[in-house]
Amino acid sequence: MAVVKDSQDRTALKSSQFRRERQGSWHELEHLLAQTKRRGLRSLSPEELARLPMLYHNAISSLSVARAISLDRALEEYLTSLVARAYVVVYACKRRPSEAVVDFFVRSLPRNVRRHWPFVAAAATSLLVGTAAGFVMTRIDPERFYAFVPVEMAAGRDPTATYEQLRASLYGGEHDLGELNAFAAMLFQNNTTVALLSIAVGFAGGLPSLALMFYNGLILGAMLAVFAAHGLGSDFLAWVLPHGVTELGAIVLCGAGGLAFGFATLFPGERTRIRNLSERGRAFGQVALGGVLMLFLSALLEGFFRQLVTSQSTRWLVAATMATLVTAYFCFVGREGGFVGREGRRADR
Amino acid sequence: MRIDESSPGLRTIVTPEGVALPFELATLGTRAMAFLVDAAIVYLVVVLIFLALVFGAIGTAGLGGDGFAFVGVGLVGAFLLRTFYWSFFEIRWGGATPGKRLFKVCVISRDGGPVTSEAIFARNLTRELEVFLPLTMLSHPEAAGGGLPPWAAAIAGLWVLGLGLLPFLGRDRLRAGDLLGGTLVVQMPVAVLEPDLAAARAPGRGSAGQAYPFTSAQLDLYGIKELHVLEELLRKNEADRDRRLVAEVAKRIRKKIGWPRTERVDDWRFLNDFYKAQRGRLEGKLLMGKRQEQKRS
Repeated sequence: MAVVKDSQDRTALKSSQFRRERQGSWHELEHLLAQTKRRGLRSLSPEELARLPMLYHNAISSLSVARAISLDRALEEYLTSLVARAYVVVYACKRRPSEAVVDFFVRSLPRNVRRHWPFVAAAATSLLVGTAAGFVMTRIDPERFYAFVPVEMAAGRDPTATYEQLRASLYGGEHDLGELNAFAAMLFQNNTTVALLSIAVGFAGGLPSLALMFYNGLILGAMLAVFAAHGLGSDFLAWVLPHGVTELGAIVLCGAGGLAFGFATLFPGERTRIRNLSERGRAFGQVALGGVLMLFLSALLEGFFRQLVTSQSTRWLVAATMATLVTAYFCFVGREGGFVGREGRRADR
Repeated sequence: MRIDESSPGLRTIVTPEGVALPFELATLGTRAMAFLVDAAIVYLVVVLIFLALVFGAIGTAGLGGDGFAFVGVGLVGAFLLRTFYWSFFEIRWGGATPGKRLFKVCVISRDGGPVTSEAIFARNLTRELEVFLPLTMLSHPEAAGGGLPPWAAAIAGLWVLGLGLLPFLGRDRLRAGDLLGGTLVVQMPVAVLEPDLAAARAPGRGSAGQAYPFTSAQLDLYGIKELHVLEELLRKNEADRDRRLVAEVAKRIRKKIGWPRTERVDDWRFLNDFYKAQRGRLEGKLLMGKRQEQKRS
C-alpha cells in the first residue's frame, strides 16, 4: 500500500501532506484578495503589495503540483479558482485613472492619429471633394440645393433667401438669437450622429464612412454656394470655421476610425478577423474617441464664441488659432524621442 | 466552481505564466442587470447636476438667453460622465464597475495578458455606439438619420441595431466593445477550500488509522473517475447522510472487490476508508507515471 512513513502521522498521503504544508500561503493569498476586493489594491501595505505576486506564483506552482500528484478534486478546483481570482487582481489595470487619462491625451491619442494618417487623409479628401462638388453644382444650378440639404437644416437659408436674411443669420440680431440657438443645437445633434454613425458603419469595408464624409461635404458646399451667390462667401466661412475647424476635424477623425475599422475587417492579414480587430481595434477606437472629444470641444466653442464674437476678423483669428492648435496637437504632441515621448516610454514599462 | 470542459459558458485563458485557467462567462442577463445599475447611477447624477444648474441659473441671473451653451455643457457633461464613469471604475476597481461588482462579474483580457487602459477606453467608447445610438434611433428616428436620405438612414439604422444585438450572436457573448478592446466579461471566481477527506485526523471522521484494510489487488480495480464520483458522494453526504445511497454504494463496492469478511460493517466508515486507500494507491501509481483513468472490467 502507498503509505508514507511519517513520524507524526503514519498514514498521511503525500498529497495531504503537501496540502498541509502549503495551505498557509493559500489562505494568506485568499485573505489579501478579500481585502483587495473590499477596499481596493491601494489599501494593502507595501509589504503586502510585494507579497501578492509572490503568493500568486506560489499558488500557481501549488496548482501544477496538485495537478500532477493529487487526485483530490476539491483541492484542484480550489487552487484553480484561487489562481484565477488572483490572476484577475494581479493582471488588472494598475494605473491610476488620472494617469491613464493624461497618458491618453499626451501620448496615445496623437500617436494613434498619426499612425492612421492614410485613413485621416482619405476621410478629409472625401469631405473636401464633397464640399467642392456641392459648391460647384449648387452654383451652376441653385435648384440642386434642395437635393443636398434637408429642409429643416436649411432653416430658410436657401437660394430664395434675400441678402438681408442671409446676413442676419450670420451676424444675428437681438430678435433671432433664440432661433439661431435652436438651429445650432440641432446642428450639433446632427454632427454628433454623423460622427458616431460614420464609426458604426465602418464595418462594411469603410465605404459607408467615406460616403458619409462626402455627403456631409455636399451639404457644406451647397450652403457655401448659397451665401457666395450674394457675395457673403467669406462671411459664411468666418461664421462656420471657428468651431467648424474642430467640428469638421472631429467628423474626419470619426470617419477615419470607421475607415480603419472597415479596412481591418476586409484585410485581416495573417490573423483571424476577430483577433485582428481586437489587436488593432484599440488603436482606431482611440482615433474615433479623439473625434468625439473634438466634437464636444467644438460644441463649447460654438456655444461661447459664435454668439459673443460678431466681428469678421476676430472670427478668422479664432478659426486660424484653432486650426493651428489642432494641427500642432496631432502632428507634434507625444512624438517618439521628444520630451514627452521619453517620459512616456519610462511610464510604459 | 466546477471544472467541466464541456460546459458552453466556460473559456480557458492561458496566463503569461502558462497556466490554463477556466473562466465562466458572465451571462447576458447578468451583464444587462449590471449595465442597468450603472446606467441608473449615471443618470441619477446627470439629473442631479442638471437640476443644480437649472436652480443655480434661475437663482442668479436666469438663463441669459443662451440656451445653447447650456444644452452644450449638459451634453458634454452627460457624455463625459457616461464614457468615463465606466472607464474610471474599470481602471480603478480592477475591471469592475459598481454594477459589475454587485453582480460579481469583471473584465479580463482575452489573450491572458494584463488589461490595459487603452482596452478599457476602447470597450467603453463603443458603448456609445451600441447602446445610446440605437436608443436615439428608436426614440428619435428623424433626428438620428444625420440628414441622410431615408433609405440610407434605414440601412444605417438596421446596421446599428444589429451592432447592439452582437452579444447574442457570438459564442463568447462579445459586444462590439469587447471585440475592439480584446476583452471578456467573466464571473468572478470564488475559491472555497473544502476539508481534505484523506486527512487522517479530519473532524467527524473518527480516530486516526483505518478500521478496514484493503489489499493492492482490491484497490487496482477502480480508476480516477470512480474515485472522483466517490469523493463527490462523500462530500455531499457529509452533513446530511442519505443512508440508503451510502449503504447501496458500499454494498456495490464490497461486491466488486470481493470483500471477504461477513461481519457487519459501518458503511460510512467503510467508504471513507476505501476512498483514502484508493486515493493513496492511485496517487502512488501517478508518481510512478501511471495514470489509471477508469475501472477495470
